[in-house]
Amino acid sequence: MTRTMISAPETARAGDVVEIKAMIAHPMETGYRVDATGKPIPRNIINRFECTYDGEVVFAADLHPAISANPFIAFSTIATRSGPISFTWTDDEGKTETASVEIQVE
Amino acid sequence: MRGWLSLLAIGLLLAAADSNAIEEQPKLSGLEFVSPETRSLQADDASNPGMLWVLRGEQLWQEPAGRSQASCASCHGEARQSMRGVALRYPAFDAGAGQPIDLKGRINRCRTDNQDAPALEHESEELLALTTYVAHQSRGMSVPPVEDERLRSVIEQGESLFRERIGQLDLSCAACHDDRWGQRLGSSPIPQAHPTAYPLYRLEWQTVGSLQRRLRNCMIGVRAEPFAYGSPEFIALELYLMQRAEGLPVETPGVRP
Ligand code: HEC
Ligand code: HEC
Repeated sequence: MTRTMISAPETARAGDVVEIKAMIAHPMETGYRVDATGKPIPRNIINRFECTYDGEVVFAADLHPAISANPFIAFSTIATRSGPISFTWTDDEGKTETASVEIQVE
Repeated sequence: MRGWLSLLAIGLLLAAADSNAIEEQPKLSGLEFVSPETRSLQADDASNPGMLWVLRGEQLWQEPAGRSQASCASCHGEARQSMRGVALRYPAFDAGAGQPIDLKGRINRCRTDNQDAPALEHESEELLALTTYVAHQSRGMSVPPVEDERLRSVIEQGESLFRERIGQLDLSCAACHDDRWGQRLGSSPIPQAHPTAYPLYRLEWQTVGSLQRRLRNCMIGVRAEPFAYGSPEFIALELYLMQRAEGLPVETPGVRP
């Protein structure tokens, strides 16, 4: 079961720089490990993270095997108007996880 | 690992063990010995990866399980109230079994006896999540003295295990954690070995692990055969560590390097 944790301010003034933090539970299996029987464990990492706000991608990242399990991403953006800030994580198996928070902008 | 073992061998030849008992020294959480970066991960719930296990535990708390299809919540209600302070009392004496039981064991007992579900594996994601969630309800509360007289002899057993030299390196837990805390073992500072942040997220493990997993690591570090998960020896050690940590606050979920 996937879990995500988002931290973003609930309210902000237009023009404020707001800090956003996003974490997801994911093993970030590198593809370089073998299991107890010596069989390689296939790579399965989150390879793409995107955050959209006010109709625009405000932050995106390509992730690589050196990134630890349960990746934690923090960035900032500028508050423009009230609405959802949405997050998407995509892994090598093509699974997509989404989360969304609302921000009130005065 | 090999690096720290050889450094250790040298370090230990230099200093003869003395009885620098921890009681006469300030009690410091393991958090005091980690880098500022690791400390700030633990300090902010939004950046503490252990909180992902708290979340998972909260989901499991609500889920019906086993043949009874009862959830933890159906009997215990809001964990925020019913589980507050519970972790401070564990390991506790289990009158039914006539022996001490730790928090993980107690939760598993509810799985088998009250939910009629198969016991969860020791380091399984689910048992760790439930234990982390329950222990988290005591975060910030201080460890009280152990008052149950039936636990006296268990504490004594734990203390003698703590002082006994073990492994090919012939070292006791006390040799590091009473006599040499604050010094370094290779690049790792030696903490005082308090159990109050467990289960915790260890960056090296890339996951949450139990106190027993940590103790197994320390035993393997001195090339001793580690006790089995859930063994009476580990429960006695856990209890000794808990009473030794009296007064320290619970941190669960902690973060360590
Ligand atoms: C050779 C020295 C050494 C010995 C012997 C040793 N440990 Fe440790 N122990 C360490 C070091 C170093 C750490 C910290 C590792 C880290 O966090 O990177 C540690 C960590 C711990 C912690 C975790 C503390 C925290 O804040 O997370 C506990 C509990 C602990 N040890 C208990 C024990 C017990 C019980 C024994 C005996 C069975 C033992 N140790 C034997 C060196 C030792
Ligand atoms: C059918 C009812 C029932 C269910 C379901 C149940 N429990 Fe319990 N639980 C009990 C009872 C009864 C006790 C013993 C209370 C006492 O001794 O005061 C108990 C005790 C406990 C304790 C020890 C409390 C203390 O104060 O020492 C913990 C921790 C606990 N349960 C956790 C859980 C968890 C986690 C789950 C779900 C996985 C669960 N329980 C499911 C009935 C239940």
